[in-house]
Amino acid sequence: MAVSRALRQPLSLRLTSAAFLTLWCLIAAFPIFWITVMSVKLPLDAFASSPWEVLFGPATLAAGKGLTLLDIAASLGLLWATAWVAMCRVPLWVAAFTPPNVIALGWLVAAAMLGLGFVLMGFVILPPILNWINSALGLPAILGLTTEHYRAVWVENAFWHNFLNSMKVTLGVTAISLTVGTFAGYALARSGSKLAFWILIVALIFRALPHSVLVTGYLPLFINSAEILRPFLGDAAPTLYGQPLAVIAVLVAINQPFTIWMLRSFFHNIPADLDEAARVDGCTHFQAFRWVIMPVMWPGVITTGLFSFLLGYNDFLVTSLLLDASNQTMVPAIAGFFNRETTMTDQVEAIAAAVSITAPLFLLVMVFQRQIVSGLTAGAVKG
Amino acid sequence: MKFKTFAAFVAPSVLMMLIFIAVPLLLVFGESFYRTSPLMEVVEFESCTPGFGTQTCKTDTKIAPALDASRRMILQTEFVGFENYADVVEPQKFWTDVKALDWAQLMDIDFWRALRFTLTFTFITLPLVLGLGLALALAVNNLTRSLRGPVIFITLLPFIITPVIGALSIRWLFVGEGILTRAMEAWSGTDIAMFAQSWTIELLMMFYRVWSSAPFAFVIFYAGLQGVNQDAVEAAMIDGASRWQRLRFVVIPYLMPLIVFVALIHLMDAYRVFDEVVGLRTQGHVISLQYLTYDFLMPDDAGNRSVSRAAASSMLTMIGIVILLVPMLRRTWADQKGRA
Repeated sequence: MAVSRALRQPLSLRLTSAAFLTLWCLIAAFPIFWITVMSVKLPLDAFASSPWEVLFGPATLAAGKGLTLLDIAASLGLLWATAWVAMCRVPLWVAAFTPPNVIALGWLVAAAMLGLGFVLMGFVILPPILNWINSALGLPAILGLTTEHYRAVWVENAFWHNFLNSMKVTLGVTAISLTVGTFAGYALARSGSKLAFWILIVALIFRALPHSVLVTGYLPLFINSAEILRPFLGDAAPTLYGQPLAVIAVLVAINQPFTIWMLRSFFHNIPADLDEAARVDGCTHFQAFRWVIMPVMWPGVITTGLFSFLLGYNDFLVTSLLLDASNQTMVPAIAGFFNRETTMTDQVEAIAAAVSITAPLFLLVMVFQRQIVSGLTAGAVKG
Repeated sequence: MKFKTFAAFVAPSVLMMLIFIAVPLLLVFGESFYRTSPLMEVVEFESCTPGFGTQTCKTDTKIAPALDASRRMILQTEFVGFENYADVVEPQKFWTDVKALDWAQLMDIDFWRALRFTLTFTFITLPLVLGLGLALALAVNNLTRSLRGPVIFITLLPFIITPVIGALSIRWLFVGEGILTRAMEAWSGTDIAMFAQSWTIELLMMFYRVWSSAPFAFVIFYAGLQGVNQDAVEAAMIDGASRWQRLRFVVIPYLMPLIVFVALIHLMDAYRVFDEVVGLRTQGHVISLQYLTYDFLMPDDAGNRSVSRAAASSMLTMIGIVILLVPMLRRTWADQKGRA
């Protein structure tokens, strides 16, 4: 888009805005960058008083854990390759290999495969090869870095178990929210009735409810659900407390108001002529929705799905109160790390766990960033 | 669309909201007037002290939880009216403190302390988030196209990061041996403890909230800016409007619905501030309304959860948000009515 001459900006304004953005990017990225750096150092370095020591990790290096120039080049290359694949290749692959009806699933598989590939390359395939080359060439280590805290968190403390629980809850929440929400959003967008209006207003009020209010309602019910449900279900009555399925249902309900509002505004932007044309051709309402509207709706579905994903993945309050230790998800599990946080090593392990939680989100933004912005531009914002 | 079709499409969603939002809400409302406690009974017991030749025995009475046949405590639920609310709000202490104008004493009551913090927090962060979000959107919109992608990526990070973890990462920077505290100490030459007094803690909590919410405002505003009518902007310029006037009278009015939307979402989210309390571990100094309820719900040392008091404090929290939202809701109401 060519900017007309009249709209061009004076240099001073451009400089101010560039400086402002640089400062913001620093503030935005620094805390996350810093905990990542801390998580790969021995405690002595991670809590060193000079920032340079934290960055370069002399104590870690002295303990024989370091990277050679080749290692650094390889890790940077891996990071760059991941970012490049995520931003430039994945959208093309998804478009090429998945049929339009299951495009959301395609994105999910692509993101999961990318994450898996990154972990495999970074932790399984590359290290032995690099070690071999390094010792063959006799390269000296120059940057202190160790992945032992990650190993301690994931393998020794069985964090993968919490990861699987998190995934179960998150994917469940996203899938059910979207399925239930698209139906409702579509109907609400197409109906101008009083009832639709009231549903939306009530949903808005529900969106405002603090989650603790709702959990107060569930908690006694879920703990005693076996006794309450026995008259109806007999001995098969489950204790809902601690059940991932119950938590999924709760989170889906909490998420519904936002989902239907957002999807409704996306549906608003799809001209109603489209379903009328389909109806003239003999489709039922449901068929029109399924075969005509849904295929053009996927940017909206992906954007809304991301918000559902974030809600399920990031939740602390509901999961920590309604799940017991055996089904704990990652975020409440971190609380367990706080409580053990007595020695310096424990603290660094807690940091490593925190970074591990962030990594999948990082990947997610890389893959979906374009969808978020273009999705919002195309839909929600106008409604 | 026929009513039947409409109902079929909406039913699953409405049903979920009814079962998991409306019903619990009613239950909490009911619960807040009842209290469940172990049934107490007076038991007689004989205590004997061994002595020479004769034992001295005496019979005493004490109050103990009554046990049923399987030796479990018998629980009884009784209607207590507004007693749970009184437990939370402590009206008598409230009035004496208010009459004595004793702010410090008043802040000893958890509920008022939480309310004070929650409201301050909400209203201070609201303009900051809107302003920062708008500034970021305008600045990114000015950027050359090739740089926008990376900048948006970095900008989104604070928004997507798990709130508890985001707050923790800020905490790690500012704890006693944290890197930024050390930097500030070196710079100012004094000892700084960010987690020793309430006001610095509150500052950090607000900083965290602006840091993590501004990107959401940014994304929405940025998306909105893509739709600003360039002809209108040029027309304003031909009429001699300065850059500031164009922003003030053309762009901002266009973005107004979005600003209201973001403000609404932010009010809702900031009012239920909770993750900061957990992540920054401020419960010793600063608590929020939602944390108060959470605290009642967590089992105490004896394993009891004070659900009734939690119910009362939830209801009060809810009344608060409804009051805050009334002006916003009326606006949305009018908007939706107008469109329908």
